[in-house]
Amino acid sequence: MLIQLRRSLVVVVFSILLLGLAYPLATTGVAQLIFPHQANGSLGPNGSALIGQKWTGTKWFHGRPGSYNAMASGASNLGPLSKTLEAHVAKRVAAWHKVGVTPTAELVTSSASGLDPDISPASAYAQIPMVAKARHLSPSVLHHLISSQVHGRQFGFLGAPYVNVLSLNEALAHLH
Amino acid sequence: MAYALTIVALVVALGLTWRFLGAYMVAVLEGRMRWLGFIEKPLYRLLGIEPDAEQSWQRYSISLLVFSGVSILVTYAIMRLQQFLPLNPQHMGAVTPALAWNTAVSFVTNTNWQNYLGEQTMSYFTQMNALVVQMFISPAVGIAVAVALIRGFARKGSPTIGNFWLDLIRSTLYVLLPISFVFALIFVGQGALQTLGGPVHVHNALNGTTQTIPRGPVASQEAIKQFGTNGGGFFNANSAHPFESPTGLTNFLSIFLLLSIPVTLTYVFGKMVGSVRQGVAVLAAMIFFFGVWTTYTTVAEKGPNPAVAAAGVAQPRGNTVGKEARFGVSSSALFGVSATQTSTGAANSAYDSYTPVGGMGLLTGMMLGEVSPGGVGSGMYTILLFAIVTVFIGGLMVGRTPEYLGKKIQAREVKLAGIGVLVMPVTVLVLSGIAVSVHAGQAGPLNAGPHGFSEILYAYTSMSNNNGSAFAGLTGDTPFYNITGGIAMLLGRFAIMVPVLALAGTLAAKGVVPATAGTVRTDTPLFVGLLIGVVLIVGGLTFFPAVSLGPVVEALTHGRLY
Repeated sequence: MLIQLRRSLVVVVFSILLLGLAYPLATTGVAQLIFPHQANGSLGPNGSALIGQKWTGTKWFHGRPGSYNAMASGASNLGPLSKTLEAHVAKRVAAWHKVGVTPTAELVTSSASGLDPDISPASAYAQIPMVAKARHLSPSVLHHLISSQVHGRQFGFLGAPYVNVLSLNEALAHLH
Repeated sequence: MAYALTIVALVVALGLTWRFLGAYMVAVLEGRMRWLGFIEKPLYRLLGIEPDAEQSWQRYSISLLVFSGVSILVTYAIMRLQQFLPLNPQHMGAVTPALAWNTAVSFVTNTNWQNYLGEQTMSYFTQMNALVVQMFISPAVGIAVAVALIRGFARKGSPTIGNFWLDLIRSTLYVLLPISFVFALIFVGQGALQTLGGPVHVHNALNGTTQTIPRGPVASQEAIKQFGTNGGGFFNANSAHPFESPTGLTNFLSIFLLLSIPVTLTYVFGKMVGSVRQGVAVLAAMIFFFGVWTTYTTVAEKGPNPAVAAAGVAQPRGNTVGKEARFGVSSSALFGVSATQTSTGAANSAYDSYTPVGGMGLLTGMMLGEVSPGGVGSGMYTILLFAIVTVFIGGLMVGRTPEYLGKKIQAREVKLAGIGVLVMPVTVLVLSGIAVSVHAGQAGPLNAGPHGFSEILYAYTSMSNNNGSAFAGLTGDTPFYNITGGIAMLLGRFAIMVPVLALAGTLAAKGVVPATAGTVRTDTPLFVGLLIGVVLIVGGLTFFPAVSLGPVVEALTHGRLY
């Protein structure tokens, strides 16, 4: 019993040194050397490409609904029969209709992280009438802009095609 | 089409892993791998262990229990003292006692149930030294128990079942650590964080928003989180967080990693008992469950979310509530099934917002006892318990003393297997019953009605199976859920491991009976079918009433059973 206790302590101390310190520190060292941009959060001049932001008004493309508080990630966790969820969705649909957009399901449902930086190409195309009107641009220009921003599936089959909302809006700002 | 290719790629990758990692693990566990001898040898000297030392099942169990106790204490202490420790750029205060207890038990038992928001609660030091350390150690303990039971079948008239310390250290050093290191770097390349730089403030001049973005050593945690079937995320959103799993590729690699060791252990089993076919038979039963549940859950999630449909929105892509755009619905569901059936408990989507049937898929997958393929080590030893029950029932049918792998299965073995199989359902049902009967338990659910009950049932099913995933609407950070949850996780781990080790001991001591014409063969489709039947009947009979009150009522309300 006592000898097992002593062995336990030795293994725990050894584990802290090797697995708790050496392993993450070595990973950090190598990662900072070969992937510094990604390792530090994919930061650009307007924020992180991977952390979604709240876009308001009719001049920008919007992401999924949510508060985009990066310090508290998470989902709404509303159940599939939730009356609250139904009311939230109905309210979002009405808001989209007001600006002339027929929303996709994605544009009226919040994501799992609450920080989803992306939307599907269909969700971007759906917003063209709103942005075109606000910016006096022709829909075909915006259609072209979105097409140039679509990321296909990785290796042609992994994940889903998406558009990064920050990157799309940066490109939009560049149009002027 | 893309989804079909995803499945094909997964099967091919896992097939290769099964064969080659399997052979490697056999060599590691038999002590034939020496390339890390320069770390191993000094450590064994320090521990006072010879590299070929052996233990009886009693000594093996005591080593395991003492070690796990010390691990819980140290993990608890780090969380309680994190404000005095380094690597705490956000100046996090001490974790509260009940939460620290729950979290310490959670990580030591390979559950990784999380009643806290990582980005607001845990310092970098705590994430690295309390949580990540246990993410390596707890799967290694699982492998140790599984391999001890396998040795029980493989040996004849042996008083010992291996050495806990050697199994623990070898699995960690040779298997878990190097592979995690490689995958951590791949994750960083895709966009996962790996920095000690502390949170960063950003301002976007285009939309005028300002954000504070938390950061940390994420990728190193992510790799072992999946590979060790742990599931504890650095952030609250877990694998849905773009800093944890930034792309479709990382989502795929996560699924691959969390399935790889549980699947591979069936090869290790077959090889060590001298017939790979025996391992394939067990694997076939696992694949059956995994395939059926994946199909069922994916089809359900490709259907509409009833609340969204009620608001008049068309859902051609399926249920997008609580799912990330870059993964898509099918791959989210595949991840959900993989994580719940490997006792990983990671989440890349909000399980609470799955359709009634999709949520039922995740919940009932755990209720099978985490055998499809189950957690690292735990899936292997649990399905072997079911296999013993199966040969016992088969023996009753033909009227012979049952045998498994040449070992006579007698009263003692059947009793021990019975205890191991029944601990989990009893824990789940008793604790769920208590929770719905007391105010402290009723205060937990976010959602009203049957879904609120599903949240409670899911919580105890997850914790008792050492899974760790949640219908996360449940407010778990209360003394009631922290303490009862801790008890569920301890029982679900150690009240199964000790009977398994006792079983290993009695089996190892037995001789081998030669197979005769009357022996029921255990490497045939007939046996696989029986095994599947036993798992289904045990899980079905125990949980059908409880599931009826939650997900089944929801599905019937929705009017769709698919």
